[in-house]
Amino acid sequence: MLFIVAPLLGMFVHTAVPELADTVGDQKVISSIRLTLWTSAGATLVFALLAIPFAYLLARYDFPLKRMVLAIVDVPVVIPHTAAGIAVLGVISRDTVAGKAASAVGLNLVGHPIGIALAMAFVSIPFLINAARDGFENVPVRLEQAAMNLGASPMRVFFSVSLPLAWRSIVGGMVMMFARGMSEFGAVVIVAYHPMVAPVLIYERFGAFGLDHARPVAVLFILVSLVFFVLLRLVSRSAYVQGRKHQ
Amino acid sequence: MFRVENISKSLGPFSLDEVSFRCAAGDYFVILGRSGAGKTLLLEIMAGIRSPDAGALILDQRDITSLRIQNRGVGLVFQDQAVFPHMSVAANLAFPLKRKGWGRSYIRRRIHQLAQTTGLEHLLDRFPSTLSGGEVQRAVLARTLASEPRLLLLDEPLNSLDVQYKRELQTLLSHLNQQGQTIIHVTHDYQEASALASKVAVMENGRIQQQGPLPEVFRNPASSFVAEFVGIRNFFRGNVENPPGGDHKIFRIRGSSLFFILPSHVPNSVASITLEAKNILLSRSRPDTSALNNFKGRVQQVIPASLGMEVVVDVGVTLAVLVTRESLSRLNVRKDQQVWVSFKASSINVGSSVGPDPV
Repeated sequence: MLFIVAPLLGMFVHTAVPELADTVGDQKVISSIRLTLWTSAGATLVFALLAIPFAYLLARYDFPLKRMVLAIVDVPVVIPHTAAGIAVLGVISRDTVAGKAASAVGLNLVGHPIGIALAMAFVSIPFLINAARDGFENVPVRLEQAAMNLGASPMRVFFSVSLPLAWRSIVGGMVMMFARGMSEFGAVVIVAYHPMVAPVLIYERFGAFGLDHARPVAVLFILVSLVFFVLLRLVSRSAYVQGRKHQ
Repeated sequence: MFRVENISKSLGPFSLDEVSFRCAAGDYFVILGRSGAGKTLLLEIMAGIRSPDAGALILDQRDITSLRIQNRGVGLVFQDQAVFPHMSVAANLAFPLKRKGWGRSYIRRRIHQLAQTTGLEHLLDRFPSTLSGGEVQRAVLARTLASEPRLLLLDEPLNSLDVQYKRELQTLLSHLNQQGQTIIHVTHDYQEASALASKVAVMENGRIQQQGPLPEVFRNPASSFVAEFVGIRNFFRGNVENPPGGDHKIFRIRGSSLFFILPSHVPNSVASITLEAKNILLSRSRPDTSALNNFKGRVQQVIPASLGMEVVVDVGVTLAVLVTRESLSRLNVRKDQQVWVSFKASSINVGSSVGPDPV
């Protein structure tokens, strides 16, 4: 516990209030934090649309090589994040199919917020898939059968029974995915040094100006992250409490 | 009219073996069997949750065997209740109604109607986690009724309830049946069957052992399993003989040298008999009565029963005798004591005729 708290606390103690106030006024810092938040949120929301149905399939159906699929889902967590960045870059750079398709509509994914979001999603999506899968696995199959017996189509069963009952795990997974995406450095820096997300900016300040210049940015970003993290935890907790109440 | 024709299904070590029966519109059909006899699997096949390996299900002249679960018109009340925990009672009841595309005001009216029938009016806004077992069971029943099933399937619906709720729900079920709802109800409790059923089928190891109108099955069990299951303690297989020069016929019990004296009008084709435990007299010395059947035996067991005490006596075969607690203490009967049992020839119920031995 001390190991986690002490360095963070030390950082806060070493940061003077005027320094922090200057940082808040630094347009570059603010826009990078804003970029970080919305790319991560965008990545989470867009990929949730795919990850949630996929997690449902994993929870409900058996298919050949399912164990392998489950292992593959976890791969982004265990590989070095710079390597993950290289992998993402390999898919979106201009000479690939995806890159060419994007260029056709006038988009260069490398160095673009969409590229950043893809890098964030790549390393953080396992958190959402696994949490959602756990959530769906905990919904009794009996309830889905009962719903079908009462005349509901599979689609209606999913939206009116499975999804609401797994919701608290899904929201928890989305919070984790968002938080993980927001704090990602390694994969993002490979795909896009500019525009700078906050972790890259902190690294740049550290490299160019040293510890004293990097610290206030780090402190500010941690504060913003913590505020969001606590808020989202509260939201998922209320989903959790409601879920508990109904079970 | 619902017909189950030769339904077979293997599921791991367990299988249903050519199960067939007919259930007429308006019947209250009870399938009796121990847990593990295949009752739930059979219900799941009827509801379409599982598909059979072979056989057919015909509902109102239509083959529904491979019809989708949603379109069968068969409502199943699961044993584990399966109430939607994230919805109020009213929302649970509304669930099947919304599918039919009815207007809000109709749905509201219908919910209140159903709540009235099932005594849920004051609970409509509550969530299932705040309800008692009996209330949840009624909510689930009302929800299934809301889907207007042509056939209502009940899986041990009274199992988890205490005596008072049980009686309430029993009354409700027979009321629904009287209003024309066809019901198939599976249970392990023969008293439930005798209270509700118009027809029964007794199931053992994935097969139907015997089926028919309730009084017939309960009076003439086709096998010792059925007899035991429907609460008959004294069931014997054997054959009728005419001793030379006698006024009476005798029933020689299979696997024993023992025979009972029968009234002379009993047909020779009779292959099994039953004796009600309450029609057998117990005494310490040889009774001096007109009863023709008198046997000396040894008390094997004395068991409390709902209507007194059951004394199990070994007379060569075991006979269960029902006596009141007062008689028992007056006679001072204990385990391993020698006693006499006697019964009239006319108190023997003759069962089914000679046929293939079902067990």
